[in-house]
Amino acid sequence: MTTTDPATRTSEPAATPPSGGPTGMAWVRENLFPDVWNSLLTLTLGPLLAWGVYALGRFLFVTGRWEIITVNLTTLMVGRFPRDQLFRLWIAIAILAVVIGLALGVANSVARAAAVESGDDYHRPWHEPIRRFGPPVTLLIVMGVFVRTATPLLLLAAALGLAAVAYRLGRMIPIRRRGQVNLVVILGVIGAQLAITGFDGVPRSVWGGLLLTIYFTVGALLFAFPLGVAVALGRRSSLPVVRGTCMVYIEFFRGMPLVVLLFTGWLVLPFFLPPQFPTPDIVTRAMVILVLFTSAYVAEIVRGGLQGLPRGQREAAQALGLSPWKQTRLIILPQALRSVIPALVGQAISLFKDTTLVLAVGLTELLQVARIIPGQEDFRGQGLFAETLIFVSLIYWVGSYWMSRESQRLEAKLGVGER
Amino acid sequence: MSASTETSPSDRAHRPPFWRDVRIIRIALQVGFLVAVGALLFWLFDNLTVNLRVLGIRRDFGFLDQPTGVPILGSDFRAQSPIRDALLVGLYNILRVAVPGILTALVIGTLVGVGRLSTNWLVRRAAGIYVEVLRNVPPLVMLIFFYIAVLQQLPAQADSITAGPFALLNVRGVYLPSIQLSAGPAPVFFGVLGLALVAAIVLGVLRTRRFDATGQPHRRVPLGVLLFLGIATLGWLALGRPLGLQLPVIEGRGVDGGYRMIPEQAAVFIALVLYTSSFIAEIVRGSIQAVAKGQTEASNALGLSGLQRLRFVVLPQALRIATPSAGNEFLNLTKNVSLGVFVAYPELLRIGRQAVGNGFPAPQLLFIVSAGYLALSLGISLFTNLANRRLQLSER
Repeated sequence: MTTTDPATRTSEPAATPPSGGPTGMAWVRENLFPDVWNSLLTLTLGPLLAWGVYALGRFLFVTGRWEIITVNLTTLMVGRFPRDQLFRLWIAIAILAVVIGLALGVANSVARAAAVESGDDYHRPWHEPIRRFGPPVTLLIVMGVFVRTATPLLLLAAALGLAAVAYRLGRMIPIRRRGQVNLVVILGVIGAQLAITGFDGVPRSVWGGLLLTIYFTVGALLFAFPLGVAVALGRRSSLPVVRGTCMVYIEFFRGMPLVVLLFTGWLVLPFFLPPQFPTPDIVTRAMVILVLFTSAYVAEIVRGGLQGLPRGQREAAQALGLSPWKQTRLIILPQALRSVIPALVGQAISLFKDTTLVLAVGLTELLQVARIIPGQEDFRGQGLFAETLIFVSLIYWVGSYWMSRESQRLEAKLGVGER
Repeated sequence: MSASTETSPSDRAHRPPFWRDVRIIRIALQVGFLVAVGALLFWLFDNLTVNLRVLGIRRDFGFLDQPTGVPILGSDFRAQSPIRDALLVGLYNILRVAVPGILTALVIGTLVGVGRLSTNWLVRRAAGIYVEVLRNVPPLVMLIFFYIAVLQQLPAQADSITAGPFALLNVRGVYLPSIQLSAGPAPVFFGVLGLALVAAIVLGVLRTRRFDATGQPHRRVPLGVLLFLGIATLGWLALGRPLGLQLPVIEGRGVDGGYRMIPEQAAVFIALVLYTSSFIAEIVRGSIQAVAKGQTEASNALGLSGLQRLRFVVLPQALRIATPSAGNEFLNLTKNVSLGVFVAYPELLRIGRQAVGNGFPAPQLLFIVSAGYLALSLGISLFTNLANRRLQLSER
């Protein structure tokens, strides 16, 4: 962290990186004991931190009774999902691995092409993937510790292998065909869900654990994004009635706590449907609420992007004689959305964390599993909540920390802050 | 469209046919939109009334006067009191966590945020870990962790954990010192405090005038504080110590005196303060870094000390940048008090939910709960907007 030291901030790029700086005792003196005040800080904070690290390490490696995780790893991942149907899940994972690999490959070749066009040197240091994928790999290793048989690990490795192959394939697809690739990705996502629920499969009401958490995150995002963009466009409309309605929509859903909305969806939503109408199941109700809630936030983010666009863009599009719809679709939206991608990732992170709230309506997502399993017969009365809750915290932490780091990377790449 | 307010007869002749006239299309579109939205809302409301009639659920708010039937945790609310009062207690319980929570999160967040920019490696790293760990874990996970895995595992009352004579910690709650007023001289003492405040302000004004006239350092803040504290102490002693700390003491099977936070409240408070303070820390850090570098360099060139630079140059500008986002975090904390429902903290949602469980109509109750939270949210965002407007630069 050299931000506080103006001396190291030179404007000209150094040919070779400055080597290390002070080392050994000099470093300690400079960074820990530069003056009386800082020495005092170091001496009080140091022992406290050391004690904290010691206590945590002792719990993690000595006193913690982690067999509860080993026994329940499958439950934490999928909840009450029938164990003889797990192969469906693996099929879904394989399909998703292929389409995600394909999409990433195409995205990579697009980025390369753009870099070549703008004359940038598209070069990545060899250690970048290690830094980027550190958190999820750590999580996988932790999971590996708790796995009882090698099958899941082998299957996961196979899925990753599929993804890698698809990535290579994706990079070979010509850029002008990427519209078709988007279609394939959407079909793949639908196919993955069908592989689980279709063909006498497992209904969503018995899904649980991490599966349900991811399902809610991805599903709510997929639906909330188009709805949010539509509301944002309405919020910027020149028609007062449309603008006002969209404003009320946004302010209402942003002003309400999600838990209150979920309870409302659970207890009251069925009242708003005709009596002869079949009551939608709880997963659908929770999903509807998550979509409405998230779309209001997406709308507010996209509105920011729309407002940040210079007026001349719209005027130039008008001058070209494009119809209003084409102006929006071809000129305005691509630029506005590009500038708010990091904020949208931030929204995805908060949605991922907010899915914990669906336990309000009695769904057993990841957190609820962690709350239930210490009450199992084998573990009852032993108070193993700390173990299970810390384990799921790790999953949530890796998920959102990784996403936020990727979004910072993206932000730097898009140069959003530097206009 | 507003450019052509005058329409001469010749214009009128050249108007396009009405189905291509922009003004008419706009009106038609809006009417169509209004009709569609109105129809949707009407359909929903109609379904609601039909359903309630079919199920025999009452459709008015008369039930608010009926007895609640259950007492409320951590308050002297009685089961016979009407639901109306129970909901008010719920609203009060939101504020009981939100107000001290916002203040505490602001203090911790500011310290951590400044800590992230410290020159001390250890402080910088510790603050960084604090932020990165806490803001990436869902607040509900923290809440449940503190409630089940920490507060409920505390020792029983007899073996309470104590922090000197000041605080007690056991499975029944967190006990802190409270301020005790003696009935007689306390109002007089508040009068003395008011007097001291006036005196301090007068002193400040006088010092400022002198500063304007002579240019000598005014030191109005330290002098004013000193005067205030002096008068307050004298008055406190003269009136026979009307204001005192009451410490929690274990008395038989209960705890006497002090302020008791039930475990549910303590868990909500701790979890939300930790979660929100990590976001406030990021806002503070970002705002300080966003103050243009030239400002720091200019104050160095003026020969200001490090503290002066922060106090007079950097912080006032950082505050201006931070206000909207910080207001947003205060709003989030207030809304997140609703997570208390998961640990049975009796805030508004929990009380509404409990009443639904006792057979009172769900639509009306959730309407009231929603209205309560919505009113709090809109109030806070209004307040933030006002503060923001006052702080904004009025350039030219």
